Amino acid sequence: MKAAAFDYVKPKALPEALSLLAEAGEDARLIAGGQTLLATLNMRLSEPSILIDITDISELKGITLQGDHLRIGALVTHTEIEDSELIAKHAPLLKAAAPHIAHRAIRNLGTWGGSLAYGDPAAEWPACSLTLGAIMIIHGPAGERRISAQDFFIDLYTTSLEPDDILVATEIPIASSNQVFYFHELARRHGDYAVAGLAAVAKKQGNVLTDCAFTFFSVGATPVMAIQAQEIVNGQVVNQDLITKAVSAARSEIEAIADITNSAEAKQHLIGVLLERGLKHLVS
Amino acid sequence: MSLKKRISLTVNGLPVIADVEPRTHLVDFLREELHLKGPHLGCEQGACGACTVKVDGQIIRGCLYLAIQADGSQVETVEGLTKSGVLADLQESFMWRNAMQCGFCSSGMLLAAAELIENRPKATREEVREWISGNYCRCTGYHSIVDAIVDVLVARASGQKIKPVIAHA
Repeated sequence: MKAAAFDYVKPKALPEALSLLAEAGEDARLIAGGQTLLATLNMRLSEPSILIDITDISELKGITLQGDHLRIGALVTHTEIEDSELIAKHAPLLKAAAPHIAHRAIRNLGTWGGSLAYGDPAAEWPACSLTLGAIMIIHGPAGERRISAQDFFIDLYTTSLEPDDILVATEIPIASSNQVFYFHELARRHGDYAVAGLAAVAKKQGNVLTDCAFTFFSVGATPVMAIQAQEIVNGQVVNQDLITKAVSAARSEIEAIADITNSAEAKQHLIGVLLERGLKHLVS
Repeated sequence: MSLKKRISLTVNGLPVIADVEPRTHLVDFLREELHLKGPHLGCEQGACGACTVKVDGQIIRGCLYLAIQADGSQVETVEGLTKSGVLADLQESFMWRNAMQCGFCSSGMLLAAAELIENRPKATREEVREWISGNYCRCTGYHSIVDAIVDVLVARASGQKIKPVIAHA
C-alpha cells in the first residue's frame, strides 16, 4: 500500500525542530531512520499530517567517550553500533545485540533513539539500555531533562516522552574490565522478532557474579528485569543449585504475556531456558 | 496536501532534479519517474528486500525510504552498478551457479551480496546466509545463491576474477 499524503520539513537545528513539533502537536511525527514509521505509513496504520525529519541535527549524532560513560546520539544507526570500535570496547553487549536487529539494509537506516522512543517490548535496544543502566537525555519545551531507562519504559509502545519531546542522546556507563555479558534471543528465523530474549551483564570473579542485571524482552509490555533472580545470583558461587533457584525465581516473578503465536506459558518456560544458558555462559 | 517539493540528487552518477510528493517512496520515484525498473516492488513493508538500492554507499529498503529523504544524496541502483562493473563478478557467479529463476529478487540480492563482500571479505557460509536473510527468494531455496556469493568471496580472497560464462571474443 501507499502512505496517505503528508507534508515534510527538515529543520537544521534542535530548537527549530522542537518549535515545529510544538506547533504541529500530535499530528506530527518525527522521522529519523523511519524503518518502523515508513512501514506503518505504508499500511496506513498511522496518518500524520506532517513529518519532521531530524536527521540534519548534529547534537543527535555520533558515539563519543566522555569520561566514564559513552554518549550515543539518538541518530546513531544500528550499523554504526555494530561496526563501532568504541562500542566494541566499552559496551560489548550492544555489539553482540546489533546483528539481531532485522537485516543490514534496515540496520543501515534504523536508529538507536528511534528504537528507544518507539518502546517496542520485542526490540533489542530498550532491553539493553535497561541492563546497562542507561540515562536518556531528553529535550522538550522546558529544556533538558534526564531519565533513567528504568523510568523511561512505561507500557506497550509507551515511554515517558511527551508529544513535544525529542530524545537527544543516551549515556551508558562504560563496561569495567571484569564485566561479562550475554545476549541471546530465541526467534524462528534470523531477523524476526524474538519469542523471548535476554540481555544480561554482571561482574565476574571466578565463579561468582555480582552487580547482575538480567533484562528479558519480548515477554511483557515492556522489557523487564528479573530483580529476584539477580538478588539470588549476586555474590554467590554459580552452580547448578543456584541456577535452578534463579530460574525458578525468574519464571515466577515475571508475568509473561502471550503474543499472536506464542503462549504465555511458552514464554515463561523460555525465560528459564535463557537464564540458565546465560548464567552458564557468564561464568564460563 | 499533494504539494510537491523540489529535490536534487545524483542517481547512478547523473544529476537529477525533480518535484516529488513527500509521500512518494524512493523505489516508486526511481521506477515511475526515472524509469529505472531494476529495483522491484515486492511487499512495500520492508520484509522482502526486492526494492534494495544504495543511498550514500549503503544498501537500504527503497520502500522504507522517501524520495524526499534522498535530497542531496547519491543513489545507486542495479542499473548503475552493472554499468560500472561493481557487480560483474557476482553477476557471472550467479549465472554459473544458476542462482536465480524468475529473477525478481536478483537486483536486491546482488546489492546485498555486494555490500557483504565489501564489508565482510572473510564471511563464512553461515554469515552469508545471515546477511542475505533480509532478501526473500521464492524460487531457488537459497543454496545456489549462497554458493554464488561464496564463490566470489573465495575468488576475491585469492585475487582471482570470476570467469565470464559467455566468453567475449
